[in-house]
Amino acid sequence: MKPAIDMRKVERKLGDRQMAFDFSRPRGSITAILGPSGSGKSTLLNLIAGFLAPDRGQVLIDGTDVSHLPPGERGVSMVFQDNNLFAHLDIATNIGLGLDPALKLDGTQKDRVAASLERVGLAGYEKRLPGTLSGGERQRVALARAFARARPVLLLDEPFDGLGPGLAADMISLMLEIRADVDATVMMVTHDPREAESAADQVLFIDQGRIAADGPMSGFFERSDLPALSAYLRGRPEA
Amino acid sequence: MTTAHLTRAEARAAGFGGVAAIALVGLGIAVPVAALLVLGADTPPDFSVDAYLWRITRFTLWQAALSTALSILFAIPLARALARRPRFPGRIWILRLFAVPLGLPPLVAALGLLSVWGNNGFINRMLGEIFGTAPLSIYGLSGILIAHVFFNLPLAARLMLMGLERQPQEYWKNAAILGMGGWTVFRLIEWPAVARPAAGAAGLVFMLCVTSFTLVLILGGGPGATTLEVAIFQALRFDFDPPRAIWLAVIQIVLTSLALLLLRLIGGEDERSQLLAIGNDRLDATGRLGKSLDIVLIAAGAAFVFAPMAATLVSGLSADFSRLIFRPALWQAIATSLGIAASAAVLSILVALLLIRARFAAPDRPTAGKLAVDTLAGATGSLVLLVPPVVMGAGWFLLLRGGRSSMLAPLAIIVTINAMMALPFVMRVLETAYRAVLNRNGRLALSLGVTGWNRIRRVDLPALARPLRAALAFAMALSLGDLGAIALFGNEDLATLPWLLYQSMGSYRTTDAAGLALILGVLCVTLMIIADRSPAETRENRR
Repeated sequence: MKPAIDMRKVERKLGDRQMAFDFSRPRGSITAILGPSGSGKSTLLNLIAGFLAPDRGQVLIDGTDVSHLPPGERGVSMVFQDNNLFAHLDIATNIGLGLDPALKLDGTQKDRVAASLERVGLAGYEKRLPGTLSGGERQRVALARAFARARPVLLLDEPFDGLGPGLAADMISLMLEIRADVDATVMMVTHDPREAESAADQVLFIDQGRIAADGPMSGFFERSDLPALSAYLRGRPEA
Repeated sequence: MTTAHLTRAEARAAGFGGVAAIALVGLGIAVPVAALLVLGADTPPDFSVDAYLWRITRFTLWQAALSTALSILFAIPLARALARRPRFPGRIWILRLFAVPLGLPPLVAALGLLSVWGNNGFINRMLGEIFGTAPLSIYGLSGILIAHVFFNLPLAARLMLMGLERQPQEYWKNAAILGMGGWTVFRLIEWPAVARPAAGAAGLVFMLCVTSFTLVLILGGGPGATTLEVAIFQALRFDFDPPRAIWLAVIQIVLTSLALLLLRLIGGEDERSQLLAIGNDRLDATGRLGKSLDIVLIAAGAAFVFAPMAATLVSGLSADFSRLIFRPALWQAIATSLGIAASAAVLSILVALLLIRARFAAPDRPTAGKLAVDTLAGATGSLVLLVPPVVMGAGWFLLLRGGRSSMLAPLAIIVTINAMMALPFVMRVLETAYRAVLNRNGRLALSLGVTGWNRIRRVDLPALARPLRAALAFAMALSLGDLGAIALFGNEDLATLPWLLYQSMGSYRTTDAAGLALILGVLCVTLMIIADRSPAETRENRR
């Protein structure tokens, strides 16, 4: 079977840092992207999403080279830490945009908006404005949109940061359910090891623009062969 | 402010200062207005001038409405193009260029516009090559509109660009990942972001155009294209018809009151932010056609704003400076202008500081008196918008019966009028800064016992150095470029640079005029550069 995400010797220079990524992920996998700040975690997501073009190499999604496709045509949904919803548009519109970017929704699409809200436990919120929702509810709407879009790849950029541990755990289980419903492949940037452990089955550890480790989640934090990892988890000895 | 940042003695002193400042502003504005109203009540309306008043009023409103509509209409696509192209080389220079008209003397701009759009101007020569005639006349309504758009399009575009750049980066990323097209992005994201600043800008532009004097004086003229301001000036200086001037002034005050009310209703809080050299990355704006259209729009906007300035520079440099600098009148005018500008700027800043301090001194136990001072001090800043310089001048002119008997009174009046003109801008610059300083240092100073004069000298003023410099430079630029006040009182003994320039234009000494315009323009633009809170050169790399 073709990998769902296939980064083939992708290189990109940002400022004076050379980033290089080469890995693939099977369909349905959930990968936590870990690493110190500034190591290139978000750059990796931006390369997959199409916000950044690679200098060299190819990005393949479900076997198709999408390197030259705009973000909207890559089959990707994305949830950011903040501002996932347009604050001046109501919830139904915010989700509807995910189904038809020109917002010409037919009856079945409207039903899907309602169903997606119900899926995340916010039935009846269609006419509310994002500002009247709590931070956790807003992130649930963002997940509802990803659910309604049902794209093969779901990118999460520290989406549960700042929600508090209990709420973040709820959101992770919701995300896992949605992932299973739409059979998506998930790449998730986080800086919380516990979050990574509870959500992901695989890890990419990024350090200085490169993949320092690529392996299964279980037992990853016990590894002692990675100086960058122990520095990341426990602080550098000399610091 | 919830907690006191001033001691009780300081608060009392600040209160007295505020009362003094309000009294001073009152003297500057209320006296001439009262004079106009009293004299107006004594003068029964002459029904033979009724049609004339009506026509002038109608034209004033009509040109202001058209100017506003055109400025805003062109500013929307221009601001959008600038927002969609956040990193092309030279972007920062275009943003800086767009800040220049705000401080450019209208007279200088009018001269530049004449050499670009006038009968022998660049545009008409080009059109003449094609069509055989010069099809465009800059005199009359079309000229007034071009000039008003020249001044206000960049202002409106900057305000709207701020609105667009306040939108979070994720909006544009979302638009890209959801595959929203250009029109949908405009309808659902850009237009809602631009609508509020557009409404605020429209109110401001309308206000400025209703009270526009110099541009209409130079480019309008004739009974068909005269505004109230210009008609007041003509009534006093050419026809010596005080009753007519009084009626015109009263109508003008009514109009500005209504406009200001409108501005209050639609404006709301104006949030100003800094424009940065590099804007937000626009991951949604990738279409090739859209990109080319953006470049064309930006180039056209920049050319429209830059051409008159370049023309002023070119024709100014060809002036006979060797002769010009030996005219004693020039040096006298420069000295007078700088003297007036410096005095007006200092007066304006002093009044503003007193008003601002009084506003901050009214916290914990507000008495009726304190509340009144607070309200009045807050209103004073915009009160001066009600009474445009020519109207203020007209009141004093009538009170002093032309003011020819002495030199000092007209000088004092010009300084006062110029100071009042600058007051809203000075207040805006200083109030935010002072608030920040008090919030940051207020309680620390109290706890250290650094209070009273020591605090003003050691803490407040040094912390305010930058905004004070900006306010001083901007107020000076405004005063230096003003023709409104001097137009009523100017004569061979009392001449400022704009007055001298106006005289040269009137007597068709065009090369002298070009040279004077260059000197005046360079002075004002230099001051503006000092004052400009210019776009920061860099921004941290946000990804």
